[in-house]
Amino acid sequence: MFDELLTAGVFASAIRLATPYIYAAIGETFGQRSGVLNLGVDGIMLMGAFASFYAVYETNSLLLGILVALLVGALLGLFMAFISVTLQAEQGISGIGLYLFGLGMSELLFVKLLGTPRSVDGFPRVDIPLLSDLQFLGIGEIFFRHNLMVYLAFALVPISAYVLNYTTLGLNIRAVGQNPQAADAMGVSVARVRYFTVTLGGMFSGLAGASLSIALLKVFQQNLTAGKGFIAVALVYFGGWRPTWVLAGAMLFSFVNALQLQVKTVGIDIPSEFAVMAPYVLTIIALIFATKRREQPTALTKPFERGE
Amino acid sequence: MQFISGILQGRRIIDSLYSFLMPLLAITAALIVAAVMLFFLDASPIDAYEALYDGSLGNTNSIAETLVKATPLIFVGIGICVAFRGGVINIGGEGQMIAGAVAGTAVALGLDGLPSLLLITTSIVVGFIAGALWGGIAGVLKAYFDVNEILSTIMLNQIAIQLMVYLLNGVMQEPSEDGRNRIPKSSRIVEKAQLPRIDEVPFFDTLFGDTTRLHVGFLFALILAFLTFVLLWQTTLGYRIRAVGYNQDAARYAGINVKRQMLISMLLAGGFAGLAGVIQVLGLQYRLQTDGSAVDFTGNAGFNGIVAALFGGLHPAGTIPASVFFGALLVGARNMQRVTEVPASLITAFNGIVVMFVVSVQIFNRRRARRRAAVQKEQSHV
Repeated sequence: MFDELLTAGVFASAIRLATPYIYAAIGETFGQRSGVLNLGVDGIMLMGAFASFYAVYETNSLLLGILVALLVGALLGLFMAFISVTLQAEQGISGIGLYLFGLGMSELLFVKLLGTPRSVDGFPRVDIPLLSDLQFLGIGEIFFRHNLMVYLAFALVPISAYVLNYTTLGLNIRAVGQNPQAADAMGVSVARVRYFTVTLGGMFSGLAGASLSIALLKVFQQNLTAGKGFIAVALVYFGGWRPTWVLAGAMLFSFVNALQLQVKTVGIDIPSEFAVMAPYVLTIIALIFATKRREQPTALTKPFERGE
Repeated sequence: MQFISGILQGRRIIDSLYSFLMPLLAITAALIVAAVMLFFLDASPIDAYEALYDGSLGNTNSIAETLVKATPLIFVGIGICVAFRGGVINIGGEGQMIAGAVAGTAVALGLDGLPSLLLITTSIVVGFIAGALWGGIAGVLKAYFDVNEILSTIMLNQIAIQLMVYLLNGVMQEPSEDGRNRIPKSSRIVEKAQLPRIDEVPFFDTLFGDTTRLHVGFLFALILAFLTFVLLWQTTLGYRIRAVGYNQDAARYAGINVKRQMLISMLLAGGFAGLAGVIQVLGLQYRLQTDGSAVDFTGNAGFNGIVAALFGGLHPAGTIPASVFFGALLVGARNMQRVTEVPASLITAFNGIVVMFVVSVQIFNRRRARRRAAVQKEQSHV
């Protein structure tokens, strides 16, 4: 039974399914590390997903699709930064506002511009020469036969970890999230760092949406993300605000998801509803243990004002 | 002395003006943004807003439909008032509504031998308890395991949907259906389990006649809003809840059991959302069914209730008119879609804009409070 369940195909699809979570959660990690919780990730993803899908549908240019997703993500991220940094709005709630806006707006544009679900060719599979032929443990199939968005997502993780941990920019981001007063006294502009991270997070969320609509699913329909952005936020907590652990969380979540799909095809008699809810139950359990570690950025969700 | 108290009196009037004007400012700003959006959608904002008004408040039936839509928003919204006032951000209204609806429907279907009043009461009480327990899970996780309630409630929403679909495809399935369905549903509840329509209540029959779908659940919502006001502002428990929300550390220092108050806020908020769910079935839909999504049953009330509560200043008395307002938007949007071909989802986007504006304009309140504190400090030095 296990060799039917744990096929190379399942691992490969786990990697594919993880892509949107990786983009969104890594982007969110930057924001949260600097002290801003952006709960509107799902709304930005939806807007990014629609914008890139529409661009590709009309022009057939994948590059344009990616650029549009980045632009939409940046704009919404910038807007979120304005609300939470400059206007110091309660972040949990304003994020829900951004989510509702993205949910409604993407559906509105979809109904108005497309009407019915369509599909695009989207990102083709790119087999890495030689490596994709590796038969040993199915490594070729698992790791080296994906589309570019998948490879890019995995490449972003070490880059993000490096930036956060070993660069001045990363140091500033962490300082602003850990002790904004001290960072401010050292001459780091808290507002500028937070504007940067939240806008960057928005761009990553835009990419996350694009990775769904023009790479993974290659369609757009209402509420395409089905709450994936919220899972991404949970994965940041689960990963203890460290990119590599966030990646591990995304992989675990997606693996359970892929397994769940495989259970259906193999015909094991578990009610599919329980299989579908398994990743969510798992996430809650994981959060219980993740929060025990208590390494949350001290200033998370707290607006900064000079001279308090 | 008299001079100072006179100033304080004046300040209080300005304060209440402020709390009244701020939502209006937010709504005006949101309406302007929506007008710009309409303009880009090639629709005349005036036509669109007129259609919105006609569809929601234009005649007796549309007013009744508006109140039907407002009912779950009030239930969820006053629960949100309790939770947010207690410092707990409950995003789980959708899941809690589903929990309440599933349990309440199960009672209405299973105990249909009971006399009408008892059947309805049991069903509603069980719906409340189920919603409270579903919210309580997040409450326990937050209070005792330090799990962020925003995240846990979002996960619990997803889990609730799956449980509902599982039950509607299994033990709660309508007997004439067989196997798995794309739109699983329960049997229709018996007539004596259904909530009376509003025309069976004296006075309201003359207002609404006997053709509308408005049911007594709306009146329950109003009563519960009043009780919640009493709870929050006239009882010790309410005082404790608000103290925790206002300043956790100070509340703990004052000897309040912070964890317990958090759990109680979540239990109540979940219970109220559970009521929204069960009353949606008993009063309106008469059976539980879904296309596999939460929104198909809840109509997004779990989220829109948050919008209404925020807009109503997290006060039950404000939540009622706010819920009616957003109920009107939701009902009117359908008419707007018919007349101007602008998709009704504009209203979802609009709600999002309102939320962001409402939480953004609060900075002015905080700035005022800080300035005043500074002034008072200076005066006390003199």
